[in-house]
Amino acid sequence: MNLPIIIKFVIDLLAVLLLALGIKGLSKVKSARDANRLAAFAMSLSVVGLLSYYLGTSGIAIQSWIWIIIGSIIGSLFGAFLAKKVPMTSMPETVALFNGCGGMSSLLVALGVAIFPISGGQENLDFFKSLINEVSISVSIFVGAITFTGSIVAMAKLQGWLSTPGWTQSKVRHFVNIVFAVASLIAFFDLINGNTSSIWLLVIVSSLLGIGVTLPIGGADMPVVISLLNSYSGIAAAAAGFVVDSQLLIVAGAMVGAAGLILTQVMCKGMNRSLVSVLFGGSLSAQSTASSGSGEYTNITSCSVEECALTLEAANKVIIVPGYGLAVAQAQHTLREVTKKLEQNGIEVVYAIHPVAGRMPGHMNVLLAEADVPYEQLKEMDVVNPDFPATDVVLVLGANDVVNPQAKNDSSSPLYGMPVLDVQEARTVFVIKRGMSAGYSGIKNDLFDLPNTSMVFGDAKKVLNDLIGELKDLGVGEK
Amino acid sequence: MSFISLLWVLLLGSLLGLELIGKVPPTLHTPLMSGANAISGITMLAALTLIVKAEGNVPLLIIGSVSLGFALFNVVGGFFVTDRMLAMFSRKPSNKK
Repeated sequence: MNLPIIIKFVIDLLAVLLLALGIKGLSKVKSARDANRLAAFAMSLSVVGLLSYYLGTSGIAIQSWIWIIIGSIIGSLFGAFLAKKVPMTSMPETVALFNGCGGMSSLLVALGVAIFPISGGQENLDFFKSLINEVSISVSIFVGAITFTGSIVAMAKLQGWLSTPGWTQSKVRHFVNIVFAVASLIAFFDLINGNTSSIWLLVIVSSLLGIGVTLPIGGADMPVVISLLNSYSGIAAAAAGFVVDSQLLIVAGAMVGAAGLILTQVMCKGMNRSLVSVLFGGSLSAQSTASSGSGEYTNITSCSVEECALTLEAANKVIIVPGYGLAVAQAQHTLREVTKKLEQNGIEVVYAIHPVAGRMPGHMNVLLAEADVPYEQLKEMDVVNPDFPATDVVLVLGANDVVNPQAKNDSSSPLYGMPVLDVQEARTVFVIKRGMSAGYSGIKNDLFDLPNTSMVFGDAKKVLNDLIGELKDLGVGEK
Repeated sequence: MSFISLLWVLLLGSLLGLELIGKVPPTLHTPLMSGANAISGITMLAALTLIVKAEGNVPLLIIGSVSLGFALFNVVGGFFVTDRMLAMFSRKPSNKK
């Protein structure tokens, strides 16, 4: 062992350690920001380690430096620019875009190595070694391509650039995807047999497979898919690690892959969906309208903003249940103004955050934090559920399925078993909603029929603005 | 590095990932996903290796450079955006207006 190898070994070890500490630190609110910086530092360290290793051994040609600098500057500038500009509400699609590009990078590396075998480093390739090489190249291309096209489709759907084509909801899509999968398997074996040109077939069919699998999935399930694709990009990176013989790449890729899987599982649990049904079930609303859960509403009480304001003024304790609709209406800042007024009047305000509120787990927390809501007021479901019986008013904003009592009471309901917020236990429930349309599951919400529930119809932002006006007229928050 | 030891690295890395993520509160899932996503851009190291070993092969240099660009887009963007999200959490109640 000579010096450069030892130095690289030490730096790699340190980088892995710091990355692991970074991921761990991201799990606590207090340490999360520093942990993120630590991980970023570890990444830079790994680059320094790699470059200094090559400087110490084979040297780096001027030409290589030029291409390194060009690639880094362009990529970093675009990344930093997008990260600064993008609004917080479009976080899921941003993560999807970044993720897709990571997959693309792994794909290109494998493609490059496949077309122009790297000279040097690889001492006499025996059969076993070259087999491993071809397998890892294929895996890297396959997973990288699926990650890229899948993420781009996910982003386009979340942005509303792409809708779900009708044929993708029929059985045809399974047939199409199976054809793509079989074709990529054929290309894979052909590649191992030494037919290099089939690499292009592999690139094309795995890209198509990524599109075919993601396109049928409904908007509400998209976060699960993004999380899964995030896991894939880790696997693609690990596969690229096998291609270029880098342990650091394998460890980091494996960590991200495993983390993504866990996160995906958590999201599925929160939505009472299995991963299989997300991936192969199509969009949920298509199936469940025909199922037993639907029915007519019989006892809807609608009320005006003024009544709502009067009830709020008289309350001691108010719980806010924010949902996807709030994020869509971008009303989190207006909501914060309402709750500020209530707090100034000595009313206790708490936000009940369902695990899948918003568009991904934790997304709602980010949006509310952006609107200056103190972190301590955000309560998780298990913490806040026992509080509902002692609560005077619950304000449901753009949430639907997560407050449906059917999930607890009706074993025939498709929602049955999903953890929900027990808002019906409170004395009065106000549901602010555009109209009587169903939630993303397409299932009737029994909450709306309960005698202690009143509907306030209208756009969340407009209703909240009116509410501010009414509260002002009542003199709330002006002492 | 022998293939078998690389497989061990893969296995241990996966176990580490499972163990690290197991205890994260839902609040932090979006930032965590974004942060983990940035780390998956570690494939920039593979792109760098490709460029260094290209030895004047221009098409390979270009592929490597584009790959590096994509990876760094992922890494830099990912870390910045995660930081932006987390900055909102770390704001202390006393700092608010």
